[in-house]
Amino acid sequence: MANGSKQIVDFAKIKATMADPYKHPVQVIDREGKVVDPDTLAKYSDDQLVDFMKKMVWERTLHEQTMNFSRQGRLGFYAPTAGEEASEMGSVTAFKENDFLLPAYRDLPQMIQHGTTVAKGFLWSKGHVQGNQHENPNMLFPQIIIGAQYVETAGVALGIKKNGDEDRVAFVYTGDGGTSQGDWYEGVNFTSAFQAPAVFFVQNNGWAISVPRYKQTGAETLAQKAVAMGVPSVQVDGMDIVAVHEVSKAARDFAAAGNGPVVIETLTYRYGAHSSAGDDPSRYRTKEEEKPWFDADPLIRMRKVLTDKGVWSQDQEDKLVDEYKDEFKEAMKEAEAAPAQKVSDFLKWTYNVPTPAVKKQIAEFEAKESK
Amino acid sequence: MAKMTYIKAITSGLDQVLNDDPKTLIFGEDVGKNGGVFRTTVGLQDKYGEDRVFDTPLAESGILGLAIGLSLTGWRPIPEIQFMGFTFEAMDGIVGQLARDHYRFGGQKNFPVTVRTPFGGGTHTAEMHADNLENYFTSTPGLRVVTPANPYDAKGLIISAVESDDPVLFMENLKLYRSMKDEVPDEKYTVPLDSAKVVREGTDITIVAYSAEVNESLTAADALAKDNISAEVIDLRSLSPIDTDTIFASVDKTHKVVVVQEAQRMAGVGAVVASDIAEEKIMSLDAPIGRVAAPDSIYPFAQAENDWIPNADDIEAKAREIFNY
Repeated sequence: MANGSKQIVDFAKIKATMADPYKHPVQVIDREGKVVDPDTLAKYSDDQLVDFMKKMVWERTLHEQTMNFSRQGRLGFYAPTAGEEASEMGSVTAFKENDFLLPAYRDLPQMIQHGTTVAKGFLWSKGHVQGNQHENPNMLFPQIIIGAQYVETAGVALGIKKNGDEDRVAFVYTGDGGTSQGDWYEGVNFTSAFQAPAVFFVQNNGWAISVPRYKQTGAETLAQKAVAMGVPSVQVDGMDIVAVHEVSKAARDFAAAGNGPVVIETLTYRYGAHSSAGDDPSRYRTKEEEKPWFDADPLIRMRKVLTDKGVWSQDQEDKLVDEYKDEFKEAMKEAEAAPAQKVSDFLKWTYNVPTPAVKKQIAEFEAKESK
Repeated sequence: MAKMTYIKAITSGLDQVLNDDPKTLIFGEDVGKNGGVFRTTVGLQDKYGEDRVFDTPLAESGILGLAIGLSLTGWRPIPEIQFMGFTFEAMDGIVGQLARDHYRFGGQKNFPVTVRTPFGGGTHTAEMHADNLENYFTSTPGLRVVTPANPYDAKGLIISAVESDDPVLFMENLKLYRSMKDEVPDEKYTVPLDSAKVVREGTDITIVAYSAEVNESLTAADALAKDNISAEVIDLRSLSPIDTDTIFASVDKTHKVVVVQEAQRMAGVGAVVASDIAEEKIMSLDAPIGRVAAPDSIYPFAQAENDWIPNADDIEAKAREIFNY
């Protein structure tokens, strides 16, 4: 090109600035435990903050106990959650019982908080139908086909809108890899087209099994993807439970008021393996990468804030851990006592009205099962 | 009673279910103001409003996600996938999710979704529009698959499909949309979702077919009758489940059978019918089971469709071969 000639559009500049609105993830407490947004923190009573901490200790203990159970062969597929406590507990606690949760497989802790039991969570992992039958009917089972929960969210949100339900939203989770799925875009876009009430969470934990976040897309942030669908979005420090909760609450309020959906990207980290089924992170990431994330731990910084306030002690935490461990061991006993499943039941649930062939097979299996 | 085309009969059935149940919703690409690219939903948005009959963004997987989510909030969705070739984009929604969700909940929740989609050759559509893809869906537990071959069944079956608490794939034949008229009652009636129908009685040989091949089989039966070969023709109507009782009763009478499908031979609703007959009725047969199907090539380029789709001559020839065995 000739010297001094100016192109009609400066793509280089557009590219360099398109992530500008996302340069500063929302944060209330920084990685050192320093309060960087005292005004927001002041909105929370000590009791609320202690409750946040308890929930994170609960989830960390659940993680550790499930890893033990996995080693003992007492669980099936299980997705470890250590590192994601602030992201998961901070978000789910912003929603009401009547809100509809569409979880993925790393979201058992949120499901339990939203209204199922730990035993049901274990039964899901072990492969038992009762693991899909929850006390709170306002949730689906964990989605396995990544992205499918996003398009289904569009339907739940539209259904809520059509029913005229007041103060009710759908909320849904996926990971960083999930944002590469076509269904991710279809789900957010449909919800936007219908201006239906939903909050879409992307828990960016850095890794989709062994593929790092930067290999998923050329976009600098995942949050900015929402812009293309006309949906407001934000990046939040996913290791800061107060920030996650505050952002989630604002998103819920916005969606419930009839303004359409919101996308929230939480910046977090998966401390452990992708799943309990043989994944080994040392194959694809280094200790040098992990260290700063372990140092940014959501429990460490909250522990510091609460200890400084004089409302938390190590003693108290140790006692809680013991209590929670007992709770999880009891839950495992309950899960292990669930009745054996019957193929005849599987056949009965395949159709509302069994087809002639299925009817015949039900009779065959019932005869076998009664022996 | 009025004479109605196949497509008008479907519209009439949809009108009925929208009228009967305020929880029914019709949605998809172009189904609203435009009334569908074939005009199947014409007039319904005007009559029932944009809340009940509405256009979606152009994405089939999104449409199925919408249907599943709407079921979870108490609605009875009737999504349209504009052409059956586009169902591949909604495969996870239909097969991976919808068909299994009642089971996954241990029967606690229903997903009463009727997915309507046009299919079938002979109208020179663009590539990937007309394919006979039923085999992908008939091998899916939890999903019912029905396809009417005439206007009367079209109305009765669409009403039954929507009223069913099971998910149903309702396949509409493109060639039949406007090529045939029937007496269709104005009032409500239903046709059962899991029953075949003897559409022509006969004593010498049974021809089992579905959709547009039923008409081809009836033409073949006329030709056979001229040589005093009495063919009984069965319209499957339901491709999943298959009504074996009706087929077996006919085989017990005729002892000879030809199974016809428009789809490729390897894509086998016909193969399932043949194996059911072989398993239960082989001692009743006086001849091998005959099969008429399209060849195992990819679906043909539009100009050559009529060289590829099995027609009345093919069925007649196969029936003579089996009859004379």
